Amino acid sequence: MSSAETASKIQARNLNFYYGDVRALKNVTIDCYDRKVTAIIGPSGCGKSTFIRTLNRMNDVIAGTRVEGTILLDGKDINAPDVDVVELRRRVGMVFQKPNPFPKSIFDNIAYGLRINGLRDRRKLEETVERSLRGAALWEEVKDRLDENAFALSGGQQQRLCIARSLAVEPEVILFDEPCSAIDPIATAKVEDLIEDLKKSYTVVIVTHNMQQAARVSDFTAFMMLGELVEFDVTEKIFTNPANKLTEDYVTGRFG
Amino acid sequence: MKPAARKKIIQVIGFLALRAAMFLVLAILLLFLYDIGKNGGGVISWEFLSQAPRRGMTEGGIFPAIFGTFLVTVITAVLSVPLGMCAAIYLNEYAKQTGLTRLIRLSIRNLSGVPSIVYGLFGVILFVNVMRFGTSVLSAGLTLGLMTLPWTITASEEALKTIPNAYREGALALGATKWQMIRTNVLPYAVPGMLTGTVLGLARAAGETAPILFTGAAFYLPFLPKSLGDQFMALPYHLYIMATQHHAILQVRPLAYGTALVLIVLVLGMNMTAVVVRYRLRRKQR
Repeated sequence: MSSAETASKIQARNLNFYYGDVRALKNVTIDCYDRKVTAIIGPSGCGKSTFIRTLNRMNDVIAGTRVEGTILLDGKDINAPDVDVVELRRRVGMVFQKPNPFPKSIFDNIAYGLRINGLRDRRKLEETVERSLRGAALWEEVKDRLDENAFALSGGQQQRLCIARSLAVEPEVILFDEPCSAIDPIATAKVEDLIEDLKKSYTVVIVTHNMQQAARVSDFTAFMMLGELVEFDVTEKIFTNPANKLTEDYVTGRFG
Repeated sequence: MKPAARKKIIQVIGFLALRAAMFLVLAILLLFLYDIGKNGGGVISWEFLSQAPRRGMTEGGIFPAIFGTFLVTVITAVLSVPLGMCAAIYLNEYAKQTGLTRLIRLSIRNLSGVPSIVYGLFGVILFVNVMRFGTSVLSAGLTLGLMTLPWTITASEEALKTIPNAYREGALALGATKWQMIRTNVLPYAVPGMLTGTVLGLARAAGETAPILFTGAAFYLPFLPKSLGDQFMALPYHLYIMATQHHAILQVRPLAYGTALVLIVLVLGMNMTAVVVRYRLRRKQR
C-alpha cells in the first residue's frame, strides 16, 4: 500500500462490535491517515456507520453495546479506562447524516462547543465563529444574520453549519456519517468541495453509499460488507483495479 | 353504486360522526358552565371574593377558602415540581432500560390511578401522625404533592421524549458532558412541555377534596392560617360543605354555586396560563 509517506492518525485493529448478541463488526482493521480522506463504502447495514461511530465512541450512548479490539488515536487506545471520552469527542468531531442544527441562533450554534468548554470572552467567540463559518464556506451567506435561528437555513446550509460547528472546537479528526444523503446535489457539491479543503488541516473519515462521491473526495477507500472489511486500499486502486471480486462487483454497480 | 362514490359517502359519514362526538362533548361542558354561571354569577362580588364567611356561613364571602387553596397549591408545587422534574430527567436521560426502571415506570403509572381518598388516608398516617406535622396546610400540601407526583413525572418525561436525539448526539459529539448536554441542549426545549403538564396536574390538585379532608382542611376558621402548621379553608372542601353539609342548605345554595364558579375559573385560569406559557416559550425558541 502506498501509504508509507503519510502518518496513520487512527489505527483500528481487529475491531469487533456487538449490539447485544448481534455482531455488527467483524475483525475490522482500517487505517485513517493524517490529512487524508478515508471513505467507507458498502451496502446498507454493512456496519460502516457503526464503524465510524466507534471512532469517537458515539456508540457508548447506546445501551447493550460492546466493543472488542483496539482503536489507536496517535498511538493511544481510545477505549482505555483512563481516556476521557469528552476530550476524545472534542478531538474527533462528527457530522451526522441529517443536519442537526440546535434550535438556537446561527451564532450560538457555532459557539456551543466553545461555551461548554468554558469560553466566555465575546471577542474570542466572535473570532472563532467567523473563522469556523469561513472554514465551512458559509460565512458570506450568513454573516449578516448570525442572530437568526439556524432552522431558517436551507438543508445544505444547515449541514455546512454543522460542519462549522464541529470546526469551532478545533478537532484533529472529522467524521462524516453520510453527510450528503439528506441534501440536494448542489449542496452536495459544496460539501464535497469543503471536504477537499478540510483535508489540508484535518484527518477526514467519510461514510457514504454514493460511490462516485467516495471516488471524488477520498484518498483511501474501505469496502465493507456484512460487518467485514472486504478490501482497503488507495481509492484509485479500489475503483480501477480492485483485488477482490466482491469489491469489483460492488463498485461497478452489479449489486448493492 | 360505484366504489368511488361509496368510499366518499363512508368518509362523509365518518367525519360527521367524529364532528358530532366533538360537539356533544363541547355541549356537555358548555351546559355545565352555563348552569354554574347562571346560578353562581349573581353572588360574585368584590365582597364575596374578599370577605370571610359570616353568620354561620350564610353570608359574607369565601376569601379564606381562596387563600387556603392558593397556599396549599403553592406547597404542592414546591414538593411536586422539582421532585417530579428531577425524577423524569433521571428516568429518561440517565436510567438504563432494565427490569427495575420498567417496574418504576409501571408503579408511577399505577400511582396516578390510585383514588385520591387513599392518598388522603396515606397523608394522615405519614405527614399528620408519623412526621407530626398535625392536621395542617403543610400536611395537606405534601399529600397533594404526593398525589400529583406521578402526573408531574409522566408529563415531564413525555416532554423530554419529544426532544430529538439529534440534539443530544450533536452536543455530545462536540465534547459536552452528559449533564452539559442535558442542561444546555435538552432542558431548555423540554421545560415548556414540562411546565404545561405540571400546571395541569396542579390545577387538578387545587380542585381535590379527599386528600385534604383529613390532613388539614377546616370546616370553618375565623382566621387565615398564620403558619404552615395551621389548618386552612379550601375552595373544594368549602363547596362540599355548602352543597351537602350545611344546616341551611337551600339558603346557602347560591353561595355554593358562587364557590363552584370561583373554583372552576381558578382551575381553568391555571390551565390557560399553562397553555399561554408554553406558547410563549415555544415561540421564543423559533
